[in-house]
Amino acid sequence: MAAEQRPHVDAVTGTATTGHEWDGVRELNTPLPRWWLWLFYVTIIWSVGYWIVYPSWPLISSYTRGTFGWRSREAVVTELSLLKAQRGPMMQQLATAPLQQIADDPLLLDFARAVGKTAFADNCAPCHGAGGGGAKGYPNLNDDEWLWGGSLDAITHTIRTGIRSNHPDTRPGSMPTFGRDNMLQRPDINAAADYVRSLAGLPVAPNVDLARGAKVFADNCAVCHGRKGHGQARSASTISFRSCAGTAARARRARRYWSTSRTGASTSSSSRSGRRRSTT
Amino acid sequence: MPEYAFHAYLFAAASAAAVFAIVDRYYDRLAQLPPLTIDGKPNYNMGPVKFATVAAMLWGIAGFTVGLYAALELAFPVLNFDLPWLSFGRIRPLHTSAVIFAFGGNVLIGTSFYVVQRTCRARLAGDLAPWFVVLGYNFFIVIAGTGYLLGITQSKEYAEPEWYADLWLTVVWVTYFLVYIGTIMRREEPHIYVANWFYLAFILTIAVLHLGNNAAIPVSLFSPKSYIVWSGVQDAMVQWWYGHNAVGFFLTAGFLAIMYYFIPKRADRPVYSYRLSIIHIWALIFLYIWAGPHHLHYTALPDWAQTLGMTFSVMLWMPSWRGMINGLMTLSGAWDKLRTDPVLRMMVVSVAFYGMATFEGPLMSVKAVNSLSHYTDWTIGHVHSGALGWVAYVSFGAIYCLVPWLWNRRELYSLKLVNWHFWISSLGIVFYISAMWVSGILQGLMWRAYTSLGFLEYSFIETVEAMHPFYLIRALGGALFLAGALIMVVNLWKTVTSVSELEAAPGVRPALAAA
Amino acid sequence: MSLWSKHAIFEKNSIVLSIGVLVVIAIGGLVEITPLFYLKSTIEKVDGVRPYTPLELAGRNIYVREGCYNCHSQMIRPLRDEVERYGHYSLAAESMYDRPFQWGSKRTGPDLARVGGKYSDEWHRDHLRQPKSVVPGTVMPAYPWLAETELGAAHIADDLKVQAALGVPYTLEMIANAATDARAQATTDSPSAGDLIKRYPNAQVRDYDGNPDRISEADALIAYLQMLGTQVDFKLYNDKANIR
Ligand code: HEC
Ligand code: HEC
Ligand code: HEC
Ligand code: HEM
Ligand code: HEM
Ligand SMILES: [Ca+2]
Ligand SMILES: [Ca+2]
Ligand SMILES: [Cu+2]
Repeated sequence: MAAEQRPHVDAVTGTATTGHEWDGVRELNTPLPRWWLWLFYVTIIWSVGYWIVYPSWPLISSYTRGTFGWRSREAVVTELSLLKAQRGPMMQQLATAPLQQIADDPLLLDFARAVGKTAFADNCAPCHGAGGGGAKGYPNLNDDEWLWGGSLDAITHTIRTGIRSNHPDTRPGSMPTFGRDNMLQRPDINAAADYVRSLAGLPVAPNVDLARGAKVFADNCAVCHGRKGHGQARSASTISFRSCAGTAARARRARRYWSTSRTGASTSSSSRSGRRRSTT
Repeated sequence: MPEYAFHAYLFAAASAAAVFAIVDRYYDRLAQLPPLTIDGKPNYNMGPVKFATVAAMLWGIAGFTVGLYAALELAFPVLNFDLPWLSFGRIRPLHTSAVIFAFGGNVLIGTSFYVVQRTCRARLAGDLAPWFVVLGYNFFIVIAGTGYLLGITQSKEYAEPEWYADLWLTVVWVTYFLVYIGTIMRREEPHIYVANWFYLAFILTIAVLHLGNNAAIPVSLFSPKSYIVWSGVQDAMVQWWYGHNAVGFFLTAGFLAIMYYFIPKRADRPVYSYRLSIIHIWALIFLYIWAGPHHLHYTALPDWAQTLGMTFSVMLWMPSWRGMINGLMTLSGAWDKLRTDPVLRMMVVSVAFYGMATFEGPLMSVKAVNSLSHYTDWTIGHVHSGALGWVAYVSFGAIYCLVPWLWNRRELYSLKLVNWHFWISSLGIVFYISAMWVSGILQGLMWRAYTSLGFLEYSFIETVEAMHPFYLIRALGGALFLAGALIMVVNLWKTVTSVSELEAAPGVRPALAAA
Repeated sequence: MSLWSKHAIFEKNSIVLSIGVLVVIAIGGLVEITPLFYLKSTIEKVDGVRPYTPLELAGRNIYVREGCYNCHSQMIRPLRDEVERYGHYSLAAESMYDRPFQWGSKRTGPDLARVGGKYSDEWHRDHLRQPKSVVPGTVMPAYPWLAETELGAAHIADDLKVQAALGVPYTLEMIANAATDARAQATTDSPSAGDLIKRYPNAQVRDYDGNPDRISEADALIAYLQMLGTQVDFKLYNDKANIR
């Protein structure tokens, strides 16, 4: 056992050690560096100051609220209401002005585009693509084909109420759910889907019964989509297969349409806005 | 549930193997326990240490590889291959547990068993118990890791294993504590060495944290699923009380203990300051516990708790640097060794990284900074400057020291290879963390960027796309780091398998009395 | 020097050292955690937060199993950009039945706290099956197995029972009907929808995964996603009253 308190000085630094040794390791008795001690005090003093100013210590039935009663939530509420006030007049105009007036007023139009770009990017792009080009099953918003009408008012209505959403005035999506409601059986559905593909000029397997598909289509679909799927007269319930460039994916989607319920395709932005964008 | 059955079989197989091993050992020894001393010298029990050292290297390679794979998945999502067990959500916890608990844990258990014996001049307490600790711990790792891949997880960060794995770990950990303190009680030295203070704080605190954060009730004994007894905001606080202190006591206190033994030993210099050591441990462990809420800034955790988390994190800065000073200044009078000894260099650089991470940490704890850094890659950069720079480097240094000592070799097979390892992986670290700093800050700024009219400038997906180049650089950095570790494995393998047994030459460390 | 030498007490006795460590580490945790259980201001008083329906709970367990928290947070901070991007900042009340909480710590993907109702079920189906099919630039993995795997919710009543024991207000009636409720909620026009909604106000009942013949894991997960953040009606919510 090493003799306790044996005076021992480290030759290199000239500092005394504590006199102990463990497996050859000793400890110098160097005092605490000054700069270090002072920095430590500074952080403590800063913390005490912070506790005084900000909410910090929990008590029995509440907590110390700090000199100014600062709260992180109040801070953001204030910031957002300032923002609202700042954007207010323009937002007000945007909300009340008829669409045509917005289109005609360059200043307002710029503002509207700025709002719209942001709103579109996080809310619509996930379905309709970053540039609005659409994706399989999600319509292209750049072309001139519109399912629900391409006038400013029609688009506004579509966006405001959604399609088959929970909104009371939603776009109805009047196509029956043939499969779920047992109006058509699986083989008929498949045949009709193949027929739709053929209408769109897409390849179909050689052994499919197109005649059967054509019959199903004529009996069930032509009322709305026209005999060749090009839609009929421009009445509300006639829907063309857009640009006839029906893709394989669209036929797949059609198959899904018939067999399932079709709740909530495009979500209604107004029903969401209450929950989501609380400010703009 | 077939996944659960798989774990039941693993438990059964492990129990059978254990019973066999115990019986076998009994006949081997004819019921005699090994002597505590031989010729007046302690008869050290280094078997479990060797096992843990080898396990640490194997798990290390596995964990870095999985980390690299995770990095590549973010750069090239096709690598998820649409397979459940390969998907990022299951791979990422596999990585974190493999590096922290499997690699880090084995390093900690191995070195602690080594250091406590040498600094107490006493054989490890217990005969089967130390083996139970290392084998039981590694069995826990297997259960945990396979569990993640199979989808068995509590989804509590760094505490993902389910209830039965948690229970098993509790048993192992209590044994670990008993072996450890039992050895200290046998010591031949009047004082307990500072490294052991830190190991002890690490073992005790991890036990408390583990029990608090994993309190759960299983749905049934026949189901792997359990529900945590805490919920919502309280669960969040308990989780980060645990999570932050897993950093503080697993990744910090434990590895500081390694620093306190291996740096003075390798540099052949006394520890810089005993007084710093005293202040270091008490201030560090007292303050660390409070800092958890810095992971919950601006969340639904009440403001008062966030304030405490932030201020205590800032006060933690100096106590952390105390450790750095004590480590670095131990070199005073021996700085020249850094040029010739890459092992020492690795450990000293690790202490410098520790200093950097513990400066960055308090900075990120300041709410204004955290509002930008939280949720971004900045956190990932911080983590890996601590994890790669500090935890992994100090572990590498310790293992480079340990392997020749344990296997009675005069020196490592090649210091040149250590040098290669050092430079390649340092380059890797630089790539990794600088990429994450840039991407993290960029991401944070893009999220809050406004157009001149005050509307959000970028959609979320644009910020995802902007990360791609940095994910590539990170993956490159990870690959370099892994390459360095592979070089290390070769070097260690050669050290053990080739050349000179240590002859009891003068000037060389005394040989271990028994392996 | 004398003060320093007092430290020998800890250095010479491992039990004293251990107790010292335990005392020192106990303080911070106790002061920060216990008040959260008794301070009334911790969880806001709001209307509308109810326990998860059995289907939503099963979906949440899939969320937990797949580790979605590794990329997604469920915690909108009270910061301007987050409130504008994701909606009203999250309340503590909104996750009061969450075991474990899933606030997350990394946003590789966007926050999901209010994703409910943002997209259609069909979009979620597409997105979970193959995220790149709807968002080409995403890094999210595909989860095609969810729609192909039957939901194993036969024993979901046990889950409710455990949660009830932990204090979640599940009634005996809810527990008794758990398995039927799970089926009912995933079935469009289910005859038991009325009972379900009486038990769980505002529950949305429909086939979520596009396959009415089967209740799949995708049914449950989408049901969970579609309810996230929809419980508190922020039109009626008084910001000022709940500033803590
Ligand atoms: C969940 C996916 C989804 C989201 C989000 C979404 N949409 Fe749609 N949208 C659709 C689908 C699907 C349709 C086609 C609906 C149908 O008629 O079957 C559609 C149709 C439309 C149409 C009608 C196109 C036409 O040809 O008449 C417009 C306009 C539109 N969306 C605009 C928007 C805008 C603006 C937003 C964002 C505020 C948005 N959508 C968000 C899925 C989505
Ligand atoms: C009562 C009118 C009606 C009938 C009958 C009807 N549809 Fe439709 N169909 C619609 C409407 C309206 C839409 C588009 C709006 C929507 O998304 O619901 C549509 C959409 C489609 C689409 C998707 C078009 C696209 O561009 O995305 C396909 C394909 C389709 N129908 C095929 C058929 C077939 C095949 C039948 C017969 C088995 C049929 N429809 C019967 C009204 C009808
Ligand atoms: C590798 C990281 C990663 C994992 C793991 C992951 N996601 Fe995602 N997630 C993303 C990214 C990136 C986006 C944004 C782009 C997109 O919409 O795909 C996203 C988007 C989403 C969205 C749309 C959110 C919105 O508001 O646009 C939902 C919902 C979602 N993920 C759910 C999940 C679920 C459920 C899981 C687990 C089963 C999961 N994610 C796992 C990365 C991930
Ligand atoms: C080859 C080396 C490594 C690579 C390539 C790597 C890669 C990664 C990746 C890709 C992630 C996920 C980041 C994200 O979600 O965006 C991650 C997370 C993490 N890694 Fe590593 N890693 C490596 C080594 C290590 C080591 C050695 C440790 C610890 C000792 C470590 C600890 C962690 C931790 C704690 C996280 C989670 C961070 C968080 O949740 O904030 N890693 N790593
Ligand atoms: C004084 C010391 C330190 C302080 C105050 C500190 C502070 C922080 C802060 C503020 C965060 C970010 C939390 C967030 O925004 O989500 C963080 C994350 C993290 N830090 Fe540190 N840090 C310190 C030292 C270290 C060290 C030495 C390591 C060693 C590896 C480390 C590992 C981690 C890990 C793993 C995380 C990620 C946790 C997660 O989100 O999963 N920290 N730390
Ligand atoms: Ca656990
Ligand atoms: Ca279904
Ligand atoms: Cu922390």
